Amino acid sequence: MITPQMVLYEDEFNRIQGSVSQLVKSANAKVVFVVDKNGQLIAASGEVDNLDTTSLASLTAGNIAATGGMAKLLRENEFATQYHEGKNQHIYIQLVGNRVILVVIYDAKSSLGLVRLRVRKTTEELTGIFEAMNRKAEDPNSGSPFAEITDEDIDNLFND
Amino acid sequence: MTFINLMAREINCKIVYYGPGLCGKTTNLQYIYDRTKPEAKGKMVSLATETDRTLFFDFLPLELGEIRGFKTRFHLYTVPGQVFYDASRKLILKGVDGCVFVADSQIARLDANEESLDNLRVNLAEYGLALEQIPYVVQYNKRDLPGILSIEELRSILNPNGMPEFEAVASQGKGVFETLKAVARLVFLELKKSGTGVPGGRAV
Repeated sequence: MITPQMVLYEDEFNRIQGSVSQLVKSANAKVVFVVDKNGQLIAASGEVDNLDTTSLASLTAGNIAATGGMAKLLRENEFATQYHEGKNQHIYIQLVGNRVILVVIYDAKSSLGLVRLRVRKTTEELTGIFEAMNRKAEDPNSGSPFAEITDEDIDNLFND
Repeated sequence: MTFINLMAREINCKIVYYGPGLCGKTTNLQYIYDRTKPEAKGKMVSLATETDRTLFFDFLPLELGEIRGFKTRFHLYTVPGQVFYDASRKLILKGVDGCVFVADSQIARLDANEESLDNLRVNLAEYGLALEQIPYVVQYNKRDLPGILSIEELRSILNPNGMPEFEAVASQGKGVFETLKAVARLVFLELKKSGTGVPGGRAV
């Protein structure tokens, strides 16, 4: 069978969203988002209205994957932190629990030191939330809401 | 790995287009992008060389509609086909939910097809997966060119297990959506198979 699916429940979603929104404020960031290592956007907060978060999520995951590949070649476990400095905006990327990626975009209103400091606390929070999610996923009573889909449901999807 | 967001009522799946260099993987995505309504697609991202060869991946987010009240989002990726980009190919397969093998029908590309298919098996094995276990379809592309193998010949070498297969001319769009629909259908069937009910009765 293929890799197990990740199911995000209301409770965890609210906690992740809360952490991310808090980080926007505490780090004076423009945007904060959380992506899983496969490139799926999990949560975002800040000035996201004019931002293509889907593409950013996919590229972030590609970036982390490529860096992870380099780490492997160097026999490092992982490069958990990355920082990209632009003229006006900067990106700070932190791997959380080797499963998800925390991304902070900020400008001159903040600083690398502040972002690094605040990210540390958020990383701890998120690690706890995702560990709880993992435990829930291992619960034999959990499963997919798609267990009862029918062939007809699938056909209807393509009737356009 | 499918990602189900119960809060946003969304399901996200990752489809990877695999195949040898210049077989038409990017062309498949480009056609899908061109023919999809603006509201159902995101931006297509191509990480390509200056000569338009895929360097890392192409990425296209698509919304296929709703199933059981859930928005279905497909993230389509291509891999770089050229042999020496193997490290990148391996990375892109991580978390794959469904795979399309795009074969180049030309006689001269038979070895390249076989090599790429072997490479797909090896790279999937790195994630503990076998081709037979994942939603998988084969597309025989470039059926309009001269000097091509017959479908029977291609099938016997590239698809002996009889997975769903499609003839295509991706540059004209022939077979492109049929291939996508087939793999999407298999992904949903896999989801159905792997599920055991509504998660703890707590779906929102």
